[in-house]
Amino acid sequence: MMNHHVHVTDVLVIGAGLAGERAAIEASLAGLDVTVLSLVPPRRSHSTAAQGGMQASLGNCAMGQGDNPDIHFEDTVKGSDWGCDQDVARLFCETAPIAVRQMAHWGVPWSRVVAGKRKLPSGKVIEEPAENEGLITARDFGGTAKWRTCYTADGTGHTLQYTMDSVVIKLGITVHDRMEAISLIHDGEKCLGAVARCLRTGNLVAYVAKSTVIATGGYGRLYTASTNAVINEGTGMSIALDTGLVPLGNMEAVQFHPTGLVPVWILITEGARGDGGYLLDKNLHRFMPDYEPKKKELASRDVVSRRMIQHIRKGYGVDSPYGPHLWLDIRHLGAKHINTNLREIANICRNFRGIDPVKELIPVRPTQHYSMGGVRTNIDGKVYGLKNLFALGEAACWDLHGFNRLGGNSLAETIVSGMIVGRKVAEHTQGVTLEYSGKLIQDNLAQQEERINNLIRGKNGKENPYKLRNEMGQVLMDYVGIFRNEQGLKTAVAKLQELHARAQKIGLQTDGRGPSPELSQALRVPGMIRLALCIAYGALQRKESRGSHAREDYPKRDDVNWLKRTLAYWPEGAELPKLDYEPVKITELPPGDRGYGESSASSTQDQPAGGGNNG
Amino acid sequence: MANRQLTFNIFRYNPTNPKDKPHMQTYQLQETEGMTIFVALNMIREEQDPSLMFDFVCRAAICGSCGMLINGKPRLACRTLTKDLPPEITLLPLPVFKLIGDLSVDTGTWFRHISLKTEAWIHTDKEFDPRAQEERMDNKTAYDIYEAERCIECGCCIAGCLTANLRPEFLGAAGLNRVARFMVDPRDKRSAKDYFEVIGSDEGTFGCYGLMACEDNCPMELPLQQQLAFVRRKMAWAGLKR
Ligand SMILES: Cc1cc2nc3c(=O)[nH]c(=O)nc-3n(C[C@H](O)[C@H](O)[C@H](O)COP(=O)(O)OP(=O)(O)OC[C@H]3O[C@@H](n4cnc5c(N)ncnc54)[C@H](O)[C@@H]3O)c2cc1C
Ligand code: SF4
Ligand code: SF4
Ligand code: FES
Repeated sequence: MMNHHVHVTDVLVIGAGLAGERAAIEASLAGLDVTVLSLVPPRRSHSTAAQGGMQASLGNCAMGQGDNPDIHFEDTVKGSDWGCDQDVARLFCETAPIAVRQMAHWGVPWSRVVAGKRKLPSGKVIEEPAENEGLITARDFGGTAKWRTCYTADGTGHTLQYTMDSVVIKLGITVHDRMEAISLIHDGEKCLGAVARCLRTGNLVAYVAKSTVIATGGYGRLYTASTNAVINEGTGMSIALDTGLVPLGNMEAVQFHPTGLVPVWILITEGARGDGGYLLDKNLHRFMPDYEPKKKELASRDVVSRRMIQHIRKGYGVDSPYGPHLWLDIRHLGAKHINTNLREIANICRNFRGIDPVKELIPVRPTQHYSMGGVRTNIDGKVYGLKNLFALGEAACWDLHGFNRLGGNSLAETIVSGMIVGRKVAEHTQGVTLEYSGKLIQDNLAQQEERINNLIRGKNGKENPYKLRNEMGQVLMDYVGIFRNEQGLKTAVAKLQELHARAQKIGLQTDGRGPSPELSQALRVPGMIRLALCIAYGALQRKESRGSHAREDYPKRDDVNWLKRTLAYWPEGAELPKLDYEPVKITELPPGDRGYGESSASSTQDQPAGGGNNG
Repeated sequence: MANRQLTFNIFRYNPTNPKDKPHMQTYQLQETEGMTIFVALNMIREEQDPSLMFDFVCRAAICGSCGMLINGKPRLACRTLTKDLPPEITLLPLPVFKLIGDLSVDTGTWFRHISLKTEAWIHTDKEFDPRAQEERMDNKTAYDIYEAERCIECGCCIAGCLTANLRPEFLGAAGLNRVARFMVDPRDKRSAKDYFEVIGSDEGTFGCYGLMACEDNCPMELPLQQQLAFVRRKMAWAGLKR
């Protein structure tokens, strides 16, 4: 066997997005030796792509006056369709304002309140209070009762990630980029780190740690059409699932964003609608007020996405070679506003589609966007099933978002959970002494080496990993999308099982040498298909509609039977996940009406004004 | 324009293979509507040559991963439409940065080094007080900081810069722009003199010839000329006072 490198550290953080870096900072400040792994340089993590903003109830701007963590809590729980853990949501909402302010202290140039009157695109005139001049301001985002989404012009994720990484660099935290964790090392009881493959050389490295933290982001790229970065393939979730001991929570809860740009599926941020953009159909009719008279384009994402598909199905979509779509119209916001506040959107339209949103309509369609599900943890970020293992960020199911995440709550989650879970990791690690057998580490390395050699030699077959990935993506698109039903989901599960069997027979066309991209894909694909099966099978079993999970054959939320969280395990050698369920924690707000959406009383034309969730 | 037959000449070299030597390889591809270099390279990798190395992350001109020389010009491959190019397209890795393989270069290590060298973080003695309201800032100031902070560290300005190609330690436009970002930030307590230690030399502001290839090459359209001039003025002033 080759002589592999072994790297010993106190805390191993897998993932250098906002969640991973924030947790790493907390552990490092506690005096621990921290090592962070990432597929890419930290500043290229997917967090950088978030443009819209981060929710925190500062209540500084005119339309945010009177906001507080209670209202934020209520929005979050309603948004989740009562699928979240309310103790987590409470802790989160109380901490979010501190997180935003700390990021300001570290250098984020948050947009600020400018006192004085200003006219909103709706025609309404508001007056920003003089006494709040220079405090952090906020914009409107879907599903919130107050303007609560803090932002830096059009680059919130970018400035947050750059600032976070500047602190990581300042603290001298060890970061190994282009280093992919491909399996967790454990002894059946506790996690001892991970085996990683270097994407510069192809060499294997064993990272041995007192505590291991999974912060690897979402799995968007399981779907063919996703707003996510191409590296979002869910590998962190899949290495956790592959232990056979760790469950993934609510994998069937998949968020679709209403406005992916056709046909490249780049996200047009919610800011476009928050700032007053309209959705139009083929007759240029603004149809959202017909369905959602109160929140219109700004109902929560799951609702807007479904209304759009519903409207397309009624025949109001615009035909195109890429299937029917709808229009996003921001022309009325004016060139100045579009070219400054929404500059990123304007650039995307110009560079990737050759259209000018100042003068032209933008073709959009709902697109996979966010994974609510993930590695299931408790409120401290401790992973179920293995000791010394933590998870946070989009890779985790903490569970703040339940069946639908509110826009702006995810950036906030990465940082808030980074603070909270990071501290718990630090406390926990201080009590751990590192005991491990060299043989266990060598065995784990040998096992991965064998897996790689088999792929290179084509020992089990010659299946093409790219083909398998593309077929999987299409199955999810066709049968596990926005609307789901029994027959479609059964078909999906059968097809995915077939793909999973073929994935055992992958063999490379190249020699797999060094940082071979083909080998990287071949190592990921079987795990990706298992994640896809967790999504499809979980969706098949959940016989109700809740948040983003919309069953045509079970259109109502069913609190009697389904007010619970799915836990998906993958026992060794299994062909399907083993599902288990646990109750959700309800500490304050009993299940009720969301105030928007198909099943809500407020979603009909004749509903009198003045419900609790207004403007 | 669509339906053209495109010819890609791509630089190939895998440094982990002792038998490999740098060479060019040619691929043919049918152009499709709205094709970008991102789409084209993935098609080549998936259908013709799975060993081809290149980097994309966001594929939306946000993350800065995909800088390469496209027909001689440093550009982001993900937002370069093939329809804007002639049918023969030559792709080379960015110079200056360490080659990982084929079109993939190590910009991450280079930029981290620059951040360390210029101490690109807020320098302050203030402790964060979690109970206190945030410090106020003028929205205009916040916006000015953001304007400089928009750099995505793609390396296009560095690759096209004469000085950076000759002098390995030169900070380049991106490095100097990063310094400017902290200079305009009132939260950072460094004085012009502190900065002079770092950038008042040929590796910093005085190594620049002012020919502005950098600004032409910046995909974020950062006002690099203005930023370089701003830093130079500050440093000339600090130099005089020494
Ligand atoms: C286009 C877009 C716009 C968005 N806008 C907003 C918004 O405005 N507001 C909001 O709140 N949310 C937004 N979101 C969601 C939000 O950006 C993400 O949920 C959040 O940034 C995830 O952060 P993270 O730290 O969990 O993961 P990421 O930022 O995705 O980081 C994951 C890290 O893990 C590393 N990694 C992954 N796998 C491995 C492995 N196997 N080994 C080693 N390293 C690994 C990666 O290299 C990366 O460093 C948006 C999402 C998208 C797609
Ligand atoms: S102006 Fe200066 S930094 Fe820009 S390319 Fe020329 S020498 Fe390089
Ligand atoms: S200044 Fe422009 S060209 Fe240079 S690294 Fe930054 S974004 Fe790229
Ligand atoms: S892939 Fe992110 S900038 Fe091109």
